[in-house]
Amino acid sequence: MAKINKKKPNTANTENLNNPQYVVENSQDLAQNGGENKESKNKKMYKGEDRVKKAPFKTLGRIFKFMLTGKNTLIFIASILCIVLSSYASVQSMAMIEDLLIEINIQLESVKMGLSEAVSYSGILRVITTMVIIFVIGVVASYLQNMLYIELAQRTIRDFRDTMFSKMQYFPVRYFDTHTFGETMSRFTNDVDTMQDLISNSIPNIISSLVTITVCLIEMILKSWQLTLVVLITVFLMFFVIKGLGAKSAHFFIKRQYSIGKLNGYIEEMMSGQKVVKVFCHENENQANFNVINEELNENSTKANKYANIFMPIMANLTYVQYVLIAVVGAVLANYNLLTVNDTTVSYSAASIAVISAFLLLSRSFTRPINMVSQQFNAVVMALAGAGRIFDLLDTEPETDEGYVTLVKAHYNEKGEIVEGKVGDWFYAWKHPHGDGTLSYTKLEGHVLLKNVDFSYDGEKQVLFDITVDAKPGTKVALIGKTGAGKTTISNLINRFYDIDDGKIRYDGININKIKKEDLRRSLGVVLQEINLFTDTVMENIRYGNPEATDEQVYAAAKLVHADDFIKRLPEGYNTVLTLDGSNLSQGQRQLLSIARVAVADPPAMILDEATSSIDTRTEKIVQDGMDNLMKGRTVFVIAHRLSTVKNADNIMVMDGGKIVEQGNHDELMAHKGMYYSLYTGSTLE
Amino acid sequence: MRELIKKCVRQYKKSSLLSPVFVAVECIFDVLIPFVMTMLLESGIKQNDIMAVVIYGLLLVGMSLTALLFGALSGAACAKASNGFATNIRHDMFERIQDYSFEDIDKFSAASLITRMTTDVNMVQNSYMMIIRIAVRSPLMLLFGLILTISVGGPLAGVFAIVVPIMLLGMVFIFKKAMPIFKRLFKRYDRLNIVVEENIRGMRVVKSSVQEQKEIEKFTSASQDVYNDYTKASKIVVLSNPIMQLCMYIVITLIGFFGARMIIGTSGIALKDTQLSMLITYSTQILMSLMMFSMIYVNVTMSKASVDRILEVLNQQPSIKNPLNPVMTVENGSIDFENVSFSYKGKGGVKCLEDINLHIKSGETVGIIGGTGSSKTTLVQLLPRLYDVTEGSLKIGGLEVSKYDLTALRKAVAMVLQKNVLFSGTIRGNMKWGNPDATDEEIDQALKLSCADEFVYRLNGLDTHIEQGGSNVSGGQRQRLCIARALMSNPKILVLDDSTSAVDMNTDLKIRQGFKEFIPSTTKIIIAQRIVSVMDADKIIVMDNGKISAVGTHEELMEISDIYREVYNSQQGGGDFDGENQ
Repeated sequence: MAKINKKKPNTANTENLNNPQYVVENSQDLAQNGGENKESKNKKMYKGEDRVKKAPFKTLGRIFKFMLTGKNTLIFIASILCIVLSSYASVQSMAMIEDLLIEINIQLESVKMGLSEAVSYSGILRVITTMVIIFVIGVVASYLQNMLYIELAQRTIRDFRDTMFSKMQYFPVRYFDTHTFGETMSRFTNDVDTMQDLISNSIPNIISSLVTITVCLIEMILKSWQLTLVVLITVFLMFFVIKGLGAKSAHFFIKRQYSIGKLNGYIEEMMSGQKVVKVFCHENENQANFNVINEELNENSTKANKYANIFMPIMANLTYVQYVLIAVVGAVLANYNLLTVNDTTVSYSAASIAVISAFLLLSRSFTRPINMVSQQFNAVVMALAGAGRIFDLLDTEPETDEGYVTLVKAHYNEKGEIVEGKVGDWFYAWKHPHGDGTLSYTKLEGHVLLKNVDFSYDGEKQVLFDITVDAKPGTKVALIGKTGAGKTTISNLINRFYDIDDGKIRYDGININKIKKEDLRRSLGVVLQEINLFTDTVMENIRYGNPEATDEQVYAAAKLVHADDFIKRLPEGYNTVLTLDGSNLSQGQRQLLSIARVAVADPPAMILDEATSSIDTRTEKIVQDGMDNLMKGRTVFVIAHRLSTVKNADNIMVMDGGKIVEQGNHDELMAHKGMYYSLYTGSTLE
Repeated sequence: MRELIKKCVRQYKKSSLLSPVFVAVECIFDVLIPFVMTMLLESGIKQNDIMAVVIYGLLLVGMSLTALLFGALSGAACAKASNGFATNIRHDMFERIQDYSFEDIDKFSAASLITRMTTDVNMVQNSYMMIIRIAVRSPLMLLFGLILTISVGGPLAGVFAIVVPIMLLGMVFIFKKAMPIFKRLFKRYDRLNIVVEENIRGMRVVKSSVQEQKEIEKFTSASQDVYNDYTKASKIVVLSNPIMQLCMYIVITLIGFFGARMIIGTSGIALKDTQLSMLITYSTQILMSLMMFSMIYVNVTMSKASVDRILEVLNQQPSIKNPLNPVMTVENGSIDFENVSFSYKGKGGVKCLEDINLHIKSGETVGIIGGTGSSKTTLVQLLPRLYDVTEGSLKIGGLEVSKYDLTALRKAVAMVLQKNVLFSGTIRGNMKWGNPDATDEEIDQALKLSCADEFVYRLNGLDTHIEQGGSNVSGGQRQRLCIARALMSNPKILVLDDSTSAVDMNTDLKIRQGFKEFIPSTTKIIIAQRIVSVMDADKIIVMDNGKISAVGTHEELMEISDIYREVYNSQQGGGDFDGENQ
């Protein structure tokens, strides 16, 4: 189980490479953990994609459902209205050319025929005025739409983020043990990013494209159904080109993606192992290997880009071919007087030129959004895959808590009974409501009892067998044994990170299943081997254990565990901001802070899980002193593999293969001459 | 960018030049199409000339297809050039990094090198793609469009004198206003990511301290900050949409109005009615190109940082180089430190090693003990010239280390690093890192000596697959494989830097006994946390704060060294339960 605890996040996935910070993660993790989870990660990814293939509309529907709540719906409708207006304006900007040309020709013809001497611009002015009005509406609508929609989109993204994070806080520990760090992290980075793109770009673009296409189509049909037919036929033909190119390009993009993964994996592996490469003078071989992979990527990537690059000119120029066809067909139709024109105030040829001119411009406005939508298709599919993974995360079942026994501040009344309230010599007590409506109070003392506990992580492979440990208040119980013997599992069970399969765990005589989880955890301090500090001041990092602590309590806690000295020597003392997990501190100092964090919480019981094992023996001494101070008067579980740290425990449990094989204090175990003895004296076990 | 292009374009120069040429050809045709279109309408409809329609139609189709062809050719050339360029950059970076010394690697850090070789190269590739294609296309379109507008519409081109400044001013405004917000935004993003990262990593702490609510508050405030800035920045950036539309509409209105006056005023002589829509097409093109160009400008500006980071890697001169007439063989495994001092920052830096004087005879077993930060690792890394001494002299086999050929020296001084890794591949493949020509028998021997044979043969033998980083074998197994790998080159000196910490004590002992028996002439240097690992050495060095605090045998040190005694006592009965008993 230690393995599960220490399981380092890892993703070899290239999707992370957009973000340098997470490349850092990957590389380090890979060096430690290799591709252990690569396969599962890939599977996961495919799962996400399958889901999208199966139900893209369902995912899309959920996004809308999430997005359109409360006044967001109104904003959304308003911005769609604005999209319609601005699309209408942009289509009209092209369509109005017909009116303009007709007005021009009316004047031209009247001048030609000598009907009037003075040229009248009133008709033209009327058209221009209409245009200006429509344009003003268009620009205003476009401005409003952008402003409104950005608010909506960003708020949605923010709410997605907040919801994801809030939900995640209440996921069971099992979730974090079975999902790698990189995996969970990329939900918050890559997946949210692609979804942001989907919501703030793709969705409005697609809506606006669809509106434009519709408005354009109506306008075109109104102008000339024959030419509309030409446009539709050519667009239909263009679809085949799009599809063919799309399939080809998708094929090479997948290949390219694979090559990128391979190359990045190689770079990560070799950069992280560069020092070993140097030690073995393996530079030339590496270069040769690298060249092969690099060339392969070059080949696949060139092909993939080729298809993407030629897509644009092909589509653009096919639009020109379409353009030409419209002109030719229009001209031929006009020639045989077959082209329908709506205006009869001018000569037929002038009217048909007006129609064709407007149509040419319209056809471009029609085809452009079609190209745009088809190009965005891939991005949408990718984004939906990401969104699907986000919903997977949101759908994760939170940790359940049926506990009803709570921790309250209490004191003794005159009769010597415990009653609630922070009066005089107050202390903490368990408040235990019973079925019959009565309440009982039990003083918090830190008595932890495990009785006949069985446990398995997966319901199949049992890892703990019939464990019985009785840690009386104020005693020190040590759990020792090899990696994998089941020590850490026990600590996971006491604070209910996992629930036991069989047996009982009682805290101060109360079954821990009945205790509200947060109160149970508040009454247990935990110091882990892996130290996690937060980007904040030293003061806040210590206070993390107990947000209610005053500055004085923080100082006192730091003094108690001998951390005060070094903190005072930091550039800004307690106000020094720790960054990057406290990387500017030594391992021992970091551990002292994490011990101070527990000290300030002042719990009656503590679990020290390999708290000193990553520290060398000399530094350990300093940390040990701090820890000894803290342990006084508390129930302590010490999990360790270094025997020297557990020697003075009241009860030492020697674990092997999920069972307790020996127990007793140091002297008893030495006298027993079993496993403990042989390890302690260094004699062989066999 | 120019420096990088000069360095790395090489065989892709042709494609890089062809791409803009093809684009230029495509442009010319693209611009001419609306022009010819006007002729078609004019002669075909006004003159009722079907032949003209057919001829112009064919001409136009021919032109579009030519444009299509050149566009596609340019796309292909551009793909080839930009990918080739990126491939060359990666190649050069990798090659250069291979020459880096430990010092150089430390300077950049592995993580940063990876980012530079992936993200930064990507960024540069995208910019390059834009430069040789769109950055050529946009100004050309703009230029040709303008020329044709002037030649056809004459004074009508004047509208651009009004619109272009509006647009440029708008773009500059957006760029100036949005940039600082974006810069701040990146930092806010970092903060947001740090909160998530620390939260996920420290989930057990969060849950044990019952701080979920506080974490949510922390995150919500970070995400609110991102939201505020992102919204602010986006609201500025999307102004480009209405601005673009405004400009378009101004152009259409003005051209429509003044164009109409011109047509009517000159009775269609100075400007024909068929040319009106052509002018509008050109103006769309001109404005679009302008917009495109400003976007490319921003993009290329932003990629400058990446270019700098790449050049930094390429221009880093390896700090340790082969000497001119290198000595190719290392005589024996004797080691002599004379007044050696070392600082990671060179002369004047904080000294990690000071006044080291040490003489080790060939074949001796030497133990090194000391707390973290006592520079044990630094000391041994000087031997194979992973770092060079800052002051003093270091001799191996009686000769200054700097006189040897680097490869020869490093083959003779085998190091098992503290943070050691195996590479993905078979066990055999990993072992051959130590000696490419090794036979299976030789590998077996090394595995036996490092006590790795028993588990290797319980697995799949030499063909056992090792995952990246060696993650599919346990820590102790990995350490033993790393020792075997170091033994492969039959070194004169073998250095084990805390390399048996995860190996149980019995196996540890067995390995040391094996060394004594089978490689007696090899000098063995063992850095260890456990006193028992070095107790039987010929000489034990106690390091403290970069200095040698004491040297002697176990018995002598128990007498004279306080530190040694202290460590010894703290480990008394200090068996490690974690060792894997096999």
